[in-house]
Amino acid sequence: MKPQLFVSTRVRYNVQVMARTDVQLMLDVKAGDELSFELLLRKYRTPVINFLYRMVRDSAIAEDLAQEVFLRVYRARQEYAPSAKFTTWMFRIATNLALNALRDNRYRQLEVSIDQPVETNESEQPALEVADSAPSAEQQLVARTRTELIRNAINVLPEKQRAAVLLHKYQELDYCEIAKILGCSESALKSLLFRAYETLRVQLQPLVRPQ
Amino acid sequence: MRCKGMEDKLVAYLDGRARPAERRAVEEHLAACADCRARAGEFTALWSALDDLPAISPSSAFEASLRARLAAEPARRGFWSWVQLPSPRMAFAATALIALSVWISSVPQPTRNQSAAFQALAPDAEFSMIRDLSELENYEVISKFDALSELPVVPNDSTQHEAGEESR
Repeated sequence: MKPQLFVSTRVRYNVQVMARTDVQLMLDVKAGDELSFELLLRKYRTPVINFLYRMVRDSAIAEDLAQEVFLRVYRARQEYAPSAKFTTWMFRIATNLALNALRDNRYRQLEVSIDQPVETNESEQPALEVADSAPSAEQQLVARTRTELIRNAINVLPEKQRAAVLLHKYQELDYCEIAKILGCSESALKSLLFRAYETLRVQLQPLVRPQ
Repeated sequence: MRCKGMEDKLVAYLDGRARPAERRAVEEHLAACADCRARAGEFTALWSALDDLPAISPSSAFEASLRARLAAEPARRGFWSWVQLPSPRMAFAATALIALSVWISSVPQPTRNQSAAFQALAPDAEFSMIRDLSELENYEVISKFDALSELPVVPNDSTQHEAGEESR
C-alpha cells in the first residue's frame, strides 16, 4: 500500500492529535499513522527550510534539501527510537545535508564575492513590520541594506560556527541539542558560539555600537 | 574570573540559560570589567539586529514535489507480503531448492551394510590397484577384457547371503 500522505488537502486536526509531542507523533508514524507525519511536516517545514536557506544561501537548494530531510525521516520511521529529541535528530540530518551540499559546491561558492548581493526570495517575510503605515522607499532601502549586512556577516562565518548560530539564535535549540547535532561537547559549543558572535559583533559594528 | 573565562559563559548568561553559579560569576566579572560589560551590551544589540533577518516561506512547489517523492517511496511491507508478491530471485531460489531436493532423493544411496563392507575392503582394493598398475597401463592388456577378471572381486552382502543359502 502506498503512503497515504497528502491524499486530501483538508486535514482534520483534533486537539488530542495536536497535543502529542514530537516523539509521540514519530512513534505513531512508526506504527503506520500517516497523519502524524503530516503534522510533523507542517510543524517543521518552515524552520527546516529557513535553516537550510541560511546555511546554503539558495532557496531552491534549501527546499530540495528540506525535502530530503523529510524523506529521510519518513524512510527511517521503522528504525526510529526515541533516544533523543525529535528536533535533535531532524536538525542533525538537516545540518549534515547542508554541510555536504556546501562542500560539494565549495569551489562555486568561493567564486561568489561576499559583496555580491545575495539572492532575495520574493516570499521573504520581514521580521518587523510597521502596522500603521507602509515604509517609505528610503526606509525600505535602509532595511534592505541592513538585511544584506547581516546576511553577509553570517555567510562568511565558518560552516560549523554558522550552523551553531542558526540553531542557537533562530531555532532556539538547547545547548545539549546543538552539541549533539554538531558532534561536540557543550563546553566546546559555548566557546564556538562565543567566537561566532564575537566575529559577528565586529562585522556588524554599525548595527551594534550604541548610538 | 578573568576575561578569558567569559568565553564559554557569556552567551549562556545573556540567553538566560546559565546555571546559578555561572550567572553569579559572570555578574561579578561584568561589574568589575568595563570591556566585558561593553561586549555583553553589544552582544545583546547584535542579537536584536539578527532578528531583522527575514524568514522565507516554502514555495508552492515544495509540497507538490515532496508529495510526489513520498508517493514514490516503497510501501511498508507486512509479514506475508513476500508470499503474495514473490520477487524473481525468491521464485528462482525456491524452484532451484525443489529441483535439488528431487534430484537428491532420486539418487540411490548405499545401505549401511554396503558402506561398512566397502570401507573394510577399501585398503585391500587399493593395494590391488597399485599391484596391477603396470598391467593397467598396458593398452594391450586393457584392450583384452579377460585381464580384468584377474582383479579381485569384492563380494557384497547379498552375494554372500545367497552363497550361504546355496551351501545349505
